[in-house]
Amino acid sequence: MYHKSRFAAALAAVGCIGLAGCAAQPKEGSAGANAATLSVKGSDTMVQLAQAWAEAFMKAHPDVRVSVTGGGSNTGFTALISKGADIANASRAIKPEEAESAAKKGVTPKEFVVAQDALSIIVNKANPVTELTMDQLKDIYTAKVTNWKDVGGSDAPIVLNARESSSGTSTFFQEHVLGKGTPYAATAMLQPATSQIVSGVGQDAGAIGYVGLGYLNDTVKAILLKKDAGSDAVAPTVANVVNGTYLLARPLFEYTNGEPSGTAKVWLDWVRGPEGQAIVKKLDFVPAE
Amino acid sequence: MTPAVDPGVAPGPSLGVGSRSRAHRGQTFAFGALGFGTMLIVAPVLWFFGYVVYHGASQISWTFLTQPPNAIDASGGIFPAIVGTLYLMVGTVLIAMPLGIAGAIYLTEYAGHSPIVRLIRLAIVNLAGVPSIVHGLFGLGFFVLFVGGSIDAFVLHASRPVWGQPCILWGCCTLAVVILPIIITSTEEALLAVPSSFREASLGLGATKWHTIRRVVLPAALPGVLTGAILGVGRAAGETAPVMITCAASFMPTLPRGLNDQAMLLPYHLYFVVTQVPNPSLGLQSGIALVLIALVISINASGIFLRMRARRARKW
Amino acid sequence: MASPKRGFKERAVEGVVFSGGMASIVLVVLIFLFVLKEAMPLLREYPLIRFLTDRGWQPTLAAPEGPWFGLMPNLWGSFLVTAGAVALSVPLALSTAIFTSEVAPGWLRDMLKPLVELLASVPSVAIGFVGAVAINPLVKDLFGLDTGKSAMAGSIMLAFMAAPTIATIAEDAINAVPRSFRDGSLALGATRWQGIASIVLPAAKPGILAAVMLGVGRAVGETMVVIMVTGNAGVLPDKGLWYAFTHSVRTITGTIGAEALEVANGEPHYRALFMLGVVLFTITFILNAIAHYSLGKGDRRAQA
Repeated sequence: MYHKSRFAAALAAVGCIGLAGCAAQPKEGSAGANAATLSVKGSDTMVQLAQAWAEAFMKAHPDVRVSVTGGGSNTGFTALISKGADIANASRAIKPEEAESAAKKGVTPKEFVVAQDALSIIVNKANPVTELTMDQLKDIYTAKVTNWKDVGGSDAPIVLNARESSSGTSTFFQEHVLGKGTPYAATAMLQPATSQIVSGVGQDAGAIGYVGLGYLNDTVKAILLKKDAGSDAVAPTVANVVNGTYLLARPLFEYTNGEPSGTAKVWLDWVRGPEGQAIVKKLDFVPAE
Repeated sequence: MTPAVDPGVAPGPSLGVGSRSRAHRGQTFAFGALGFGTMLIVAPVLWFFGYVVYHGASQISWTFLTQPPNAIDASGGIFPAIVGTLYLMVGTVLIAMPLGIAGAIYLTEYAGHSPIVRLIRLAIVNLAGVPSIVHGLFGLGFFVLFVGGSIDAFVLHASRPVWGQPCILWGCCTLAVVILPIIITSTEEALLAVPSSFREASLGLGATKWHTIRRVVLPAALPGVLTGAILGVGRAAGETAPVMITCAASFMPTLPRGLNDQAMLLPYHLYFVVTQVPNPSLGLQSGIALVLIALVISINASGIFLRMRARRARKW
Repeated sequence: MASPKRGFKERAVEGVVFSGGMASIVLVVLIFLFVLKEAMPLLREYPLIRFLTDRGWQPTLAAPEGPWFGLMPNLWGSFLVTAGAVALSVPLALSTAIFTSEVAPGWLRDMLKPLVELLASVPSVAIGFVGAVAINPLVKDLFGLDTGKSAMAGSIMLAFMAAPTIATIAEDAINAVPRSFRDGSLALGATRWQGIASIVLPAAKPGILAAVMLGVGRAVGETMVVIMVTGNAGVLPDKGLWYAFTHSVRTITGTIGAEALEVANGEPHYRALFMLGVVLFTITFILNAIAHYSLGKGDRRAQA
């Protein structure tokens, strides 16, 4: 029976530790933006970038603890509005509905461009097609065109890869390529995360997909985009984003609740400063300016 | 593989012998087909393990097991994911064990044959069959938003979520619901295996019912009870869907600091690396899968082994 | 120890274990009610008839008529993947069950049984990972498909997840058939196989049915594997069964798993995912109830 009481004691001890942990936590959490913790939530596109920032930032500011969570741009805004995050990452601008529900809860989202990206259209390396117009791209993703031969390729069916509908990337693509309110073709495979698109396009000869610059590798080929049949074909590169010629360049945002102060301000200044922007370059994104 | 078949027997003139040998040929064919069907299950299983080991083994190193992952490409190690999974295993079993053991004691020692018992059994079967993603939805809706949200709103009056967000505690609660049927079923089996003469002897000596259960029945059933706990822990360690929306973080700069912190978890880390991290190497993915499979299988194998020994070692 | 005190303690203990026993019922009811409660407000903004008949799942569409939350493509995908998995796994799993319990010599049985049990415990995310990196390309090349991310790949992977469930429970059912049934048929001059086919299997039928139902439940409720290998395209069949089977589908579980992380609490999309959860819970509840009652019937028959 000694065993049993010892087990009970161990249980109680674990319980106490747990409770102590809980008791300590609320204070830390409710201290607001001036506390030495910073919670960054949102866009999956930016999650690696934000993690890299967090790592370097915490080396420069050992007294601050930055936690980064992905989950998508939607999640970021939701968390910002419910005050579950200090910073919301987003690969799209805030929607009017979101701004409205923020206002209802007394939150005033303030927007900062922290980096840029070229949303790159990728196909399998074996695909002879090298460029597409925006209209062709739209026809492909709305299944008006379902064979590569109709856009100058070989006779093979097109396999559509897109992102899950609630991701900011998916929303951006929908608004800028398909047109707001135009649905993706039902046959589009909606992948939960970007790496799935890259591996799918690498596997399937007839596949097409869209990913951020940082995901390009040698199993896929980035397509050059043209505004229409007569205009120049532009590659998704850092230079073409900077000079404004690439059609699917997109800003990446961080949002705060009101004018940032305290740790959030230090963070945003650092992120937009030389050190933060060096990391942007290192991860194959495009600097904010 | 097919005994009792005599291939040398020629079909005789009598109808009886002819149909007998036809029947034997039928048996040979049927047993061959069954063996082939079994092969079709076994061979891919062996290939599966071979695949993961072949691609993942070279990844395993002391560094891999003890270092955090690199924030950018998840290379490096998986230490925080291992720690998070251990936290969740312990927490889950601490919640599920008392509940499951109490439930099993009720079913075997108190309930008798009342209609409510039939209802409880139906509930256990259904609880075991609830899809893991529905457990996740329940965990999100009930534990995180309802219970956690209520604590924040009415107890702490917190201006920002403290408990009303995915965290270790709610992950443990959700997983405890997932493994509860396993614990009840194993414990019940163990309790039923304790002969009623034990109980009668104890009661006959004047002990109360609870005293009998605590001092006689439970100790005798202990190996079986532990088996249930171990199998439950094994299940908890490998589940992704329920914790993906109630607990898991894709990356954390430090280890979790409290029950209301999120945690990195091995199964979710594998999912995250496979689907999200840019250009992960096959070795890295397989290495994580290998550690996860090794962890879960060794837990389960020890549970199965313990159960076998407990069944054989019964002295009554 | 005074006796009233002891009586109190006894009653307290009884109360505690009774609540432990009731926990399962409470939890099942709570799960259903909570998922339902979170789902119901959807119907205020999105009529049930549209949920049941809309042909598309476009939960963030900014169209004038609002987003589409169509159950049908999800249900169809779940059905197709599960049907394929059942067609593959039932014959193989039953073969395994019969082979292990009736045919295999002792040493082989001792190897096969733990192997099947270990397969049952492999985390689904690991199976999904191997499916995505190895089985998708394999399926594509074997059948000359445009992409390996298909219902077929999902069915193959789910077959391996359902097989151990089916095999283990079916084997228990076969083992529960009394020895005397077999001896009787052998004594009548039948071969062992004739005995198995005409006496043992019919006697074990309720248990085998339960095994299949639980296997179906496992397949229809599996999430991580289908997210990773089926491609998640929300289509309805319009070009025949084989075409559908060899192309991408979207399942109920896949939709919930992929989107639950990204929805904002309380918005219609969040409600719609819970509504899918209600559908899924109902399907598995029916399957489990059938399994439970057919097992009960088997027990009674064995006792009789």
